[in-house]
Amino acid sequence: MTINTLAKGGWHRDQMACFRKMEKVIVAMQDPDMGMKMRNQRLLITVIPHAMTGRDVINWLMQKYNMCEEEALHLGGMLVRYGYIYPLKEPRSLVLRADESPYRFQTPYFWTSTRWPATELDYAIYLAKKNIRKQGELMEYEKERYSVLHKRINHTWDFVVMQAREQLRASKQRRKADRIVLECQEQAYWLINRPPVSLTLSTFRIYFIAHFVCVCVCVCTFCLCLQIEFCRRALGRNRVKSSICLEGFVKYSEQYLSHDPIMQGCLPSNPWISDDTAHWTMNTEVVPIPSRLRVERWSFSFMELLNDAMGRREFMTYLEKEFSAENLCFWQACEDIRHGENSRIVEKVEEVYKNFLAPGAARWVNIDSKTMDKTLKGIQHPHRFVMDDAQMHIYFLMKKDSFPRYLKSDLYKNMLAKAIVPQEVKKSVFPFMRRQRHSSPSPAQAVAQASEEEGRA
Amino acid sequence: MACQGLQKGETLASLKTESDGLKKKLEVERGKLNDVELHQVAEKTEVLGALSIKTRRVLKGHGAKVLCMDWCKDKRRLVSSSQVRTSTDLWTREHGVSLPCTWVMACAYAPSGCAVACGGLDNKCSVIPLSLDKDENLAAKKKSVAMHTNYVSGCTFTNSDMQMLTSSGDGTCALWDVESGQLLQSFHGHTADVLSLDLAPSETGNTFVSGGCDRKANVWDMRSGQNIQSFESHESDINCVKYYPSGDAFASASDDATCRFYDLRADREVAVYQKDSIVFGASTVDFSLSGRLLFAGYNDYTINAWDVLKGNRVSILFGHENRVSRVKLSPDGTAICSASWDNTLRIWA
Repeated sequence: MTINTLAKGGWHRDQMACFRKMEKVIVAMQDPDMGMKMRNQRLLITVIPHAMTGRDVINWLMQKYNMCEEEALHLGGMLVRYGYIYPLKEPRSLVLRADESPYRFQTPYFWTSTRWPATELDYAIYLAKKNIRKQGELMEYEKERYSVLHKRINHTWDFVVMQAREQLRASKQRRKADRIVLECQEQAYWLINRPPVSLTLSTFRIYFIAHFVCVCVCVCTFCLCLQIEFCRRALGRNRVKSSICLEGFVKYSEQYLSHDPIMQGCLPSNPWISDDTAHWTMNTEVVPIPSRLRVERWSFSFMELLNDAMGRREFMTYLEKEFSAENLCFWQACEDIRHGENSRIVEKVEEVYKNFLAPGAARWVNIDSKTMDKTLKGIQHPHRFVMDDAQMHIYFLMKKDSFPRYLKSDLYKNMLAKAIVPQEVKKSVFPFMRRQRHSSPSPAQAVAQASEEEGRA
Repeated sequence: MACQGLQKGETLASLKTESDGLKKKLEVERGKLNDVELHQVAEKTEVLGALSIKTRRVLKGHGAKVLCMDWCKDKRRLVSSSQVRTSTDLWTREHGVSLPCTWVMACAYAPSGCAVACGGLDNKCSVIPLSLDKDENLAAKKKSVAMHTNYVSGCTFTNSDMQMLTSSGDGTCALWDVESGQLLQSFHGHTADVLSLDLAPSETGNTFVSGGCDRKANVWDMRSGQNIQSFESHESDINCVKYYPSGDAFASASDDATCRFYDLRADREVAVYQKDSIVFGASTVDFSLSGRLLFAGYNDYTINAWDVLKGNRVSILFGHENRVSRVKLSPDGTAICSASWDNTLRIWA
């Protein structure tokens, strides 16, 4: 659904899709065998046939879609809001009540989707009819609109009045019960399509009009060419068997299950539930002793280790012991080039060359000769991605070699052993004792402080 | 780009036939390695019990529909928009400053937490540095970075504050250098408005996915600008796309009232999350930290939580009084924030 105004065609696909679905539900409700049981309802002194109570609607929805009462109330409420079912007793209150209040199905003639859009002319005729039938029957907002319309489409006003009179005459010839039903249906239609401003549905109407989209699929040459090129490339693509991929998802979800606070809670407690920020304090970026879950997570993948600042630091310490710290430094420098400002690319590439790639460099990294040659050539015309191949080579070197060894090392094992497993803290027994909520420094503040300190030093 | 207008012997019709033929061939290829369905593989996993997720915070204070929101990396602040409200500290409910602009459809927090980006009907995406001085005139510090020829529907920073990705109603996505405002790469392939994008959490960090009104979800290579993969199985506009935490799949939410799950390695759709009783379009999705739950916000004011593997709905969250426009997991996975047209934001945990 987009905000663009209609180009051509006037088809508001997103709303129509909803309407079709709601209509399916409504049709099922009126099914002679499996649908709802209807009865006659008294309205003042007249008996309205084929009506049902709000309670009936909810029970039917609960049974048919196997849902709880809250959801049935919600869905039923939507059917009323969009005019498929209308209330008989309080027509202006477009709410589904779970009691004996009578409701009726709107006739398809008056479905919003059938008579779209609701025209000014029709509305004028409707208001005129109401006005003629019983002087002063119009509500305040209807009176306002009536006079606005009278001004705006004054040139066709004779037609409006004539139509209104004609329709009133025709309706007098109907049986009273039918006449009342038709009046109710028409009233319900206009309550939906021209609601008083206070109803939230009016906003729906405004955006309903605005949300059109250009349905025409672009058939120009350019798009077709792109499509063909894409298909050709895609046909040659390597795919993996479903069974392998899908197993991957199952394994991933299992592995991370205990780390998922929404599914398994978190220790000591979820701050949003218990009002206690201990969990955040224990898991800040740099902390003397990290939590066990956090250290375990480093072992899930090399990316997890690198994404955690503490993990990265630990890994650097390990590499220093192994005399291969230049690999991680190189990788970090390449990341900085890739994601940094455009204006500093040239200078950064120079730095990297000097420190890591030049023969005899202080922290020379071991890249295969083919990649080295390609990179050195690329450096002559430095751009953002010039280090990509070299960076990838070093990344996979660390991933395949240093990372597994780190996980087996004493350094990691000690970290894991030392790591805290916080005690679970249940929500406070005295819920009315609200804890003080302290504000934390905003990240902008932290940066400002750091640069201030730097300035002073 | 290989073609420059029609070649000799080609007509628009012949191109169309060729395109359709290739598409069919592609479907056949994709089907070849399809040896099992997701719900079959998921049979051995435990059934999820009922979740006890409730509203824990309600944030009022927006005077208009909240169209978008994004979390700050500090896990407790967020930026929200219709009018831009910067760095609202959810924990203490302290409001940051707000910018008087309307119809901001996309907003994002910079990874450093020192700036926010916002864009919308002004066809631009601007970056606003966050300062400590609450009275400072933020509007003056606003810097235009992205320029599109139609509204901006989505924006996100890439791994640093220096680059930004945007999606637009003009049918393209674009990568920008924040400092200079230079266009680094543009991505063509959608044939209608692009409504959403998401960056891949992969090791090489080079791809992103976009979804649009042409019902397609496209995966792009950020470096070359090429469309690597494309999925067209929704029956209506795709409102939102989001990567699975491992980066091997993504989910989409659409006006056809379904959410779908696409496997990138197998190159096909592997699950559809739908129910007969769900009638209204889904406008937003996000995964829980483990990727087992998919939270989707709908136009009928509810949020449904789906079991990604088994395909059934686990929970339905009521509370909002108008459309849910955005749902986002907090950076540490402790809570979900939802933004709605009822002018409020809610935190669920």
